[in-house]
Amino acid sequence: MTKRTESNDTDKWDIKITSGGGYLDFHFSELWHYRDLLRMFVKKDIITVYKQTILGPIWFIAQPLLTSLMFFVVFTNIANISTGPVPALLFYLIGTTLWSYFSDTLNMTSRTFTENSSIFGKVYFPRIILPISKVMSGLVKFLIQFGLFFVVWLYYVFVEKRITPNWYILLTPIWLFVIVVLSFCFGIIITSLTTKYRDLVFLIGFGVQLAMYITPVIIPLSGVHGKKKLFFLLNPLTSLFEAFKFGFFGQGSFDVKWIIYSVVFTIVLLAIGIFTFNRVEKRFIDTV
Amino acid sequence: MIKAEDISKLYRLGQVGTGTLSHDLKRWWALARGKEDPYLKIGAENDRTKKSQSDYAWALKDINFEINRGDTIGIIGKNGAGKSTLLKLLSRVTTPTTGQIKIKGRIAALLEVGTGFHPELTGRENIFMNGAILGMTKKEIERKFDEIVDFAGVEMYIDTPVKRYSSGMYVRLAFGVAAHLEPEILIVDEVLAVGDAEFQKKCLGKMSDVASHGRTIIFVSHNMQAIQSLCKKAIFLYNGRVHSQGPVEATINDYLKKSSTSSYVSFEGDLKYSNELIELRSIKVINEHEVGGNFSIDKDVRVEVEAINKNVQTEINVNLFFNTLDGACVFATCSEPQIIKPGHFTASCHIPAHYLNDMVYSLNIMVVNRGAHIMLAKDVISIEGIEPPRPVGWLGKFPGLVRPKFNWDIK
Repeated sequence: MTKRTESNDTDKWDIKITSGGGYLDFHFSELWHYRDLLRMFVKKDIITVYKQTILGPIWFIAQPLLTSLMFFVVFTNIANISTGPVPALLFYLIGTTLWSYFSDTLNMTSRTFTENSSIFGKVYFPRIILPISKVMSGLVKFLIQFGLFFVVWLYYVFVEKRITPNWYILLTPIWLFVIVVLSFCFGIIITSLTTKYRDLVFLIGFGVQLAMYITPVIIPLSGVHGKKKLFFLLNPLTSLFEAFKFGFFGQGSFDVKWIIYSVVFTIVLLAIGIFTFNRVEKRFIDTV
Repeated sequence: MIKAEDISKLYRLGQVGTGTLSHDLKRWWALARGKEDPYLKIGAENDRTKKSQSDYAWALKDINFEINRGDTIGIIGKNGAGKSTLLKLLSRVTTPTTGQIKIKGRIAALLEVGTGFHPELTGRENIFMNGAILGMTKKEIERKFDEIVDFAGVEMYIDTPVKRYSSGMYVRLAFGVAAHLEPEILIVDEVLAVGDAEFQKKCLGKMSDVASHGRTIIFVSHNMQAIQSLCKKAIFLYNGRVHSQGPVEATINDYLKKSSTSSYVSFEGDLKYSNELIELRSIKVINEHEVGGNFSIDKDVRVEVEAINKNVQTEINVNLFFNTLDGACVFATCSEPQIIKPGHFTASCHIPAHYLNDMVYSLNIMVVNRGAHIMLAKDVISIEGIEPPRPVGWLGKFPGLVRPKFNWDIK
């Protein structure tokens, strides 16, 4: 609103608090100053989850293992859904690990503003640190679960010799990174949209559950045909999940066209995410 | 150094609902056409005693001030005058609706002690957590760690989750972290309200320590003692505006003077306070020959009840109940029964100086006719005792619902 810029003393001030502001700004230097806070948040997330348990982080592994076994019983043994040439257990293991990373991160980041309003109402720090910390603590959990997958995968590759990986396996970090950014973007957009009007909250949980069925978690993309396949492919996660598996299993699909689609989708979403987050973070405390 | 230029803050009253959505849409439409926000014009003044006509209220309006390096500034004002809002703006928790604040120097705000403390984390972990939230780096915290633990006196329990701490230990640890911040500008809300007297003294000592090192302190409190001992200057907010600012004594005096005006409630035309036997007309609280709902506790206070006897000539006595805001009765006082003729009469009650405490009392009026009450008017007025600055010593809140000054002999 009132923006007086006195050209001679603009660099004299460290901080200017105004009503507006750059909506696409991303202050890396400020984030860097608060890196210790980011580390503390991540540490807190990890150590508080399994405080006062005896097995501790082992519970991280139990979750995908039990889900995969359940999928194996329900979808493979009872419903007879094929996972193609890939061993079903291995297929479900990587599917649920990736999917639970995506949905957990999305769910947690999408509650950034509402859940932390008491902290946000009392002290300033770059708000974006909280969703970033959720992404990172989720990543730690993911890596532990991925370790489990890796062990099972080694067994199938070297002992049973049922699958042969290919060189695309080296691209894995890229796919992972894009999935991380996607979940982060969805999360911050949702949290920004739900500070004032909470209606959307009710749809999100349901929507995320549904989205799993248009992502190759249970059924490989090769098992989907016709119009349904387009639905799968429009989901930006699909080609990423497929590419991820392509390297490890040596089969599935690797479609550059759709991968580019996913990456572009992510970049656009990131811009929208930072824009909405910046817009909301300055004054959400008045309406939350 | 801080410079506030024309800052204002508009709050919406009431709940978020479909009405809010329609306002948002109208605002968005106006801004999209390049017009001014239509709701900025209609905000009511921040006066809590009146019911607002508008859905919006200015919590702060056109605030200007400048704070130089090394200043110690107290922000004073009644509840709801905008102190907390101003703190929120300065500490960057929210942004002003219009205007801007410019800050030079590293700033830290203590609006609460122990922000971000997690009950499951140990004392050690929470020191790092809380320190990081307040903007310290890991190195800084490591350097201060022993001092903080020492200050809080929790050495034995440092590796125990804070959920097992006593509330005193918890607060001491939390304040310990805050006290060892080294910002150039420190903003402190009434965190001193916690803890026992000894601890309060320790905190105030720590703060004047910080001030003497040439750092800037902005301190908000209801406690005039603390403000006066810590601050050299003050800003007095009244209904969301700066009423006065300057040297601390003058501003506090202004605050006390301003606080002790305008408290008179008229019941005229209110059927609740009228029946076939009696009609209450008004209640007035008079302090130092001025009509005031806020009184200085070292001065006499007179409460005057004006009423009309609609009955025949009869024997009447008037009672006043002094209640706390929670509704507990502190004491009741009644006049001697007296023969009153039909028509106007005034009953006035003198409460001597040094009897009431510095708190809010809500008054009931009861009128009794020959042993039977004919009128009971509840919570007709609230009055607040204000304590003049204490010269030296302890600065905490005086306990108790009254604060009588008795004669003491020490031999």
